[in-house]
Amino acid sequence: MELDAQNRSESEKISGLKQVTKEKLTQKSFKANLLDFLIEKAFFVFGSIAVFVLLLILYFLIREGSDALREVGIVEFLTGTRWYPSSPQGAGYGALPFIISSFMVTTGALIIAIPWGIFTAIFIAEIAPKRVREILKPVVEVLAIFPSVILGFIALVILSPIVANLFGLSNGLNAFTASVILSVMALPTIISIAEDSIKSVPKDYREAAYALGATRWETIKTITVPAAKSGIMAGIMLGFGRAVGETMTVLMAAGNALNMPVREFFGVTLPNYFSSVRTLTANIAIEGSDVPWGSLHYSALFVIALILFVITFVVNLTADILISRQRRKLNNE
Amino acid sequence: MALMKTVVREKNVEEKLQQHSEENVNVFKAKGLNLWYGNDQALKNINLDIKKNGVTAIIGPSGCGKSTFLKTLNRMVELVPIVRTTGSINYHGVNIFDTSVNLVELRSSVGMVFQKPNPFPKSIYDNVAFGPRVHGIKKKAILNDIVEKSLRSSGLWEEVKNRLNESALGLSGGQQQRLCIARTLAVEPEVILMDEPTSALDPKSTLKIEELIQELKENYSIIIVTHNMQQAARISDKTAFFLNGEVVEYDDTDIIFSTPNDKRTEDYITGRFG
Ligand SMILES: Nc1ncnc2c1ncn2[C@@H]1O[C@H](COP(=O)(O)OP(=O)(O)O)[C@@H](O)[C@H]1O
Ligand SMILES: [Mg+2]
Repeated sequence: MELDAQNRSESEKISGLKQVTKEKLTQKSFKANLLDFLIEKAFFVFGSIAVFVLLLILYFLIREGSDALREVGIVEFLTGTRWYPSSPQGAGYGALPFIISSFMVTTGALIIAIPWGIFTAIFIAEIAPKRVREILKPVVEVLAIFPSVILGFIALVILSPIVANLFGLSNGLNAFTASVILSVMALPTIISIAEDSIKSVPKDYREAAYALGATRWETIKTITVPAAKSGIMAGIMLGFGRAVGETMTVLMAAGNALNMPVREFFGVTLPNYFSSVRTLTANIAIEGSDVPWGSLHYSALFVIALILFVITFVVNLTADILISRQRRKLNNE
Repeated sequence: MALMKTVVREKNVEEKLQQHSEENVNVFKAKGLNLWYGNDQALKNINLDIKKNGVTAIIGPSGCGKSTFLKTLNRMVELVPIVRTTGSINYHGVNIFDTSVNLVELRSSVGMVFQKPNPFPKSIYDNVAFGPRVHGIKKKAILNDIVEKSLRSSGLWEEVKNRLNESALGLSGGQQQRLCIARTLAVEPEVILMDEPTSALDPKSTLKIEELIQELKENYSIIIVTHNMQQAARISDKTAFFLNGEVVEYDDTDIIFSTPNDKRTEDYITGRFG
C-alpha cells in the first residue's frame, strides 16, 4: 500500500504531473469561485430571511397594537390591575395580572422541572444501567410530543381534585396545578438537551477525576455537570420558552379567573399559588376568538402579545449572553 | 513438641522479615495476572515485581497491553464494564483486587498521568486543588500551600504563579501536562503511573518532562509506558518488554538495551518490528 503510493508519486515526479508551480498555487477555478460565492450568499439569504420574518412579526404586533398603545399607554398596560376592555364606562386595560400569572406559572414550573430534569438527565447519562436507559429515553421522548391538550385534560380531571383535597381548597384549578402540569411539559426539553451536553463532556475529564480518587458522585458534581453547564442552561431556556408560551395546558389547568393572584402575608404582598390565574397566552386564547376586529380591545390583545414577545426575547437573549460568556471563560478565549 | 513450635515460630518470623524487606524493595508484585476485555485476553499471566522509588519503563508495540497493565495498577481499567481479571497484584501486603480495597485510597496513593494532557476546564489553581478538595481539605491556607508546593515540584510555579485563576486550557501542551503532574502530586501519591506522557508533546516540552521525572523518582515510584525507546533508555532504571499481552523480558534498563536475553526483545529494540 505504502509502496504503491511511493511508486505513484515517483512516477508523477517524472512525468511532471505533480509539479508545483506558482500558477497552480495561485490559480483557482472560476467554477470553484462561483460555488464559494453562491454558497456564502445562500447562507446569508436564509439567515436574513429568518431575521426578517422575526422583524415582520414584531412590526405586525406593533402596528396592530398601536391604537391601544396610543390611547391607553404602555404604563397602564404594565401596571394596571383591572382588565375590563369591553366595559363601556370605566374600561380597564391593566395587564399586570396576566404578567404576574405568566411569571408565577412559568417560575413554578421551572422550580419543579429544573432539579427534576437535571437529576433525570444525570441519571440517564451517567448512572442508569444500559437497560434502564433504553427504557427511559424513549419515554422522555414520547413525553415531548405528547399533545398538550391531553396533559391539560389530566390536570383538569385528575390533578386538580387531588390538589384541592390535599390543600383543602374548593377549586383545584390554580397556579400551582398549572405549574405542576407545565413542569411535565418543560421536562423532556430540559432532559434531552441536558443529557446530550452531559454526554458530550470528554471522557478524559472523568478519567482524570477518578484517577485522583474522586467518587462517582464527586465527579458528576464537580466535573461533569459544571463542564456541561452551558448546555444545561440552554435546555433550561428552551424549557422556559416552552412553559411561558404554552397555552392549551394552562388554559385547562389554571382556572383563568380575572384577578390579581396575590395575597398579603404579614404585611408583604406575595404571589398566591392557590388562586386561579389567567396567563398572557390564556387571555389571548380566551378573548381572541370573539373580539370585534379593529376594536380597541382587539388592539389591546396585540399589546399583550407584544409583551409576551418581548419577555421571551429578553430572557433568551440574556441566556445566550450568559452562556457564551461562560463558554468563553472556560475556553480562555 | 515444644521444639517444633519454636521452629514454626521462627519460620514465621523469617517469612515476615522477608516479606517486610520485600515491601521495602518492591511497590507492586503482580502474580499470575490475566485480564480480558469480554472474550479478548489483553494480559496473559503477568508476573512482575516493580521496584520502589525509581523509574520502571514499559515498552512494547502498540496494542500489546501496556496501557491496560498500567490502568490495572490503580484499577482504572474497571471503568470498562466488560473487563475481567484473575491473579493478584500485591500492594502494601494487600491484593488490590480484594473486595475490601478502598478505591479512593488506592487511587490517591497510585496517581496517574495520561497520554493526552487532560486538565479540567477550570482555573490552574482549581485543577491542582481538585484532589485535595475531594479528599476533604477546605482551609484556603492549606490549599494554597499544596497548590504552590505541587506546582513547584512540577516546575510550573514560576510560569503560572501570576495567573493561577486563569483557565488551565490556556496553557501550552507541555505546560498542561506538567499541570496534570502537579495535580497528581497534590494528592501526595506514592506511585505515579504515566501513560506515554510525552507522546503529544514537542521535543522541548518532552525534555522538560523527562527532567522532571528524574527529579521525582527520588521520592516517588514511577511507572511509565513509552513508545519511545530512547526515552526508556534515558530515564528508566528497569524496563519491561511487553508483547501480545505477555512480559517477554524484564530487567535492568542497561541490560535490556545492551544485552537482551530474548530474541524478540532484541528485534524490538533494534527496530525490526513494532
Ligand atoms: N476499552 C477496551 N475495550 C476492548 N478492548 C480493549 C480496550 N482497550 C484496549 N483493548 C484491547 O486490549 C489490547 C491492549 O490494548 P492497550 O493496553 O491499549 O495496548 P497498548 O497501550 O500497549 O497500545 C488491544 O488489543 C486492545 O484492542
Ligand atoms: Mg496505550
